[in-house]
Amino acid sequence: MKHDMPDRYALAFQLYPYAKSPDQAAAAPVRHPVIVVGGGPIGLATALDLGKRGVPVLLLDDHEGAGLGSRALCFAKRTLEICDRLGAAGPMLQKGVQWNLGKVFHDDRLLYEFNLLPEGGHAMPAFINLQQPWFEKFLHDAILAAQAEGAPIEIRGKNRVEGVTPATDHVALEVMTPDGPYALEAEWLIACDGARSPLRGMLGLGFEGRVFEDNFLIADVKMKADFPTERWFWFEPHFKSGDSALLHKQPDDIWRIDFQLGWNIDRAKELEPSRIRARVDAMLGPGVEYELDWCSIYTFQCRRMDRFRHGRVLFAGDSAHQVSPFGARGANSGVQDVDNLAWKLALVVQGVAPEALLDSYDTERVHGAEENILNSTRATDFITPKTPVSKMFRNAVLALAGTLPFARTVVNSGRLSLPCTYDGSVLNGADHAAMPARTRPGSPCPDAPLDGCWLLARLGRGFTLMGIGIGVPETMAAHGVTVEGLSLDPTPELVARYLGGAERGVYLIRPDQHVAARWDHLDAAAVAAALARAIGKE
Amino acid sequence: MLITSPNMTKPDESYAFLIATHEGLSETESHALNARLILILMNHIGDAAVLAEAMRLARDPSAV
Ligand SMILES: Cc1cc2nc3c(=O)[nH]c(=O)nc-3n(C[C@H](O)[C@H](O)[C@H](O)COP(=O)(O)OP(=O)(O)OC[C@H]3O[C@@H](n4cnc5c(N)ncnc54)[C@H](O)[C@@H]3O)c2cc1C
Repeated sequence: MKHDMPDRYALAFQLYPYAKSPDQAAAAPVRHPVIVVGGGPIGLATALDLGKRGVPVLLLDDHEGAGLGSRALCFAKRTLEICDRLGAAGPMLQKGVQWNLGKVFHDDRLLYEFNLLPEGGHAMPAFINLQQPWFEKFLHDAILAAQAEGAPIEIRGKNRVEGVTPATDHVALEVMTPDGPYALEAEWLIACDGARSPLRGMLGLGFEGRVFEDNFLIADVKMKADFPTERWFWFEPHFKSGDSALLHKQPDDIWRIDFQLGWNIDRAKELEPSRIRARVDAMLGPGVEYELDWCSIYTFQCRRMDRFRHGRVLFAGDSAHQVSPFGARGANSGVQDVDNLAWKLALVVQGVAPEALLDSYDTERVHGAEENILNSTRATDFITPKTPVSKMFRNAVLALAGTLPFARTVVNSGRLSLPCTYDGSVLNGADHAAMPARTRPGSPCPDAPLDGCWLLARLGRGFTLMGIGIGVPETMAAHGVTVEGLSLDPTPELVARYLGGAERGVYLIRPDQHVAARWDHLDAAAVAAALARAIGKE
Repeated sequence: MLITSPNMTKPDESYAFLIATHEGLSETESHALNARLILILMNHIGDAAVLAEAMRLARDPSAV
């Protein structure tokens, strides 16, 4: 019997067409170690990371590929580093657009320019602009490559999860397909099913936060114009196309334009092409030829679940937390969820670490989500002031920013996504006071050039013991984990980023490239104790 | 620490200057000026803890 499963959205790329699985004809529900629900950027990255760590993973999505539309655009350095670890960054860098110069306008005045000249000595740029469907396609390409090398990843398109029942040692799923329903079981279930998360609803879990009373028209416009590759942001633009406006370059001659429309609008009317064109014309000026590529209207919210772990169900990405796009923290923070979760779940599934290690996913990533929500709430409040007084202060800041550099530090059109440092995490071990704060336990390792390659390319398969100016053993086994040794000579970057005032250093680094503990000497017993702590065995 | 003991070198002059600075402005313009002035003074003070203390005190002057 054929079941009609109409798409909820059109596809940019068909990536995993429906194919009937033997599981659908099984007499009893087939049990899988890990099932991921949702094939957006976060679900794809989760499947890829787990598969590359050797964990058999099944991904279910109710469509057959990447959805079309204007969503994520800015992918930050940490995301690219994680994608590089996953073997997906090369094509992203090749296709993505890089920019460094930003301009901020108020009305018809250029207030100031900023140059994001990133620190030298990093493999990845500060960020790239790349349309979300391409980001998803490149992750999927990396999954195909990993599968070819034997990674146990399976993706089933047009598999819609319609029921979920947690039990003590598994989670039972009801799945709908074009061939009708079937049942599955998962030892661990990862819900990457987006901001509207049907799984969250089925489990009766809340998603509290704040809705911003404003509408944003997002227009992706195709034009050959030779505008410079810069980010232009207007507060109260003179061309009156919105209360604020943003112009940003994407690949393929596409430009992202955002207009802030206010709260009480007629959505259908605002989406009429003639009305959109009137706004874009006013912004670009006369005589600029362009086509409308994709337009939609969004309202934004900042909210999160109380906890991201509910027994054997783990939430990651937009299903767990949602932010406004200012600062590009949505997909970027979701990819950090994956980075944090995959190695922990792999150790639990392999029986090396206790289940309690997964509670640290919850605390560390709730901490990350709080930071992101705080930042994107502040940016949204600055861009869309909610009271006459806050608007007065906002405009006072803008009035001063043209001439007074201090005021520019307060102007907030989105603070770019930076990776989270897990200060205070239960997994953190010893620190050394003379070493730089930026590499304290909990921090993501900053990259550094090594002879002919990059530091981060040498980290992240498992735990690493890095010695700088100290030889460390090539491997060390403790608590069921094999720690890889990496002995390095001090370079100027390693000294500045890792040693500071210390003569030499030993770093225990987690599989997600975050620092677990650090010392200025090698003490095998201390390393083993820090390792136990970092895998939740303490 | 926020200074709440007398600290202005010339209180009468500075107060008169504040009032004079607003002369001839509409109420809206005066509010905008005040906002700019607060931001300029905030930057001069700089320290986040002192600023927070000042804001709490302004909201509730009895809480000294
Ligand atoms: C205008 C806009 C601009 C943005 N800009 C940026 C940016 O510049 N940078 C950035 O980092 N982020 C940005 N974001 C946020 C970003 O788009 C999201 O954070 C990201 O898509 C979240 O990915 P996800 O995989 O968690 O969820 P989603 O992308 O929503 O994917 C969820 C998937 O689950 C599937 N699914 C849902 N229900 C079921 C079910 N029952 N069974 C099976 N499958 C199911 C869906 O079909 C979908 O494929 C932006 C968002 C918007 C709206």
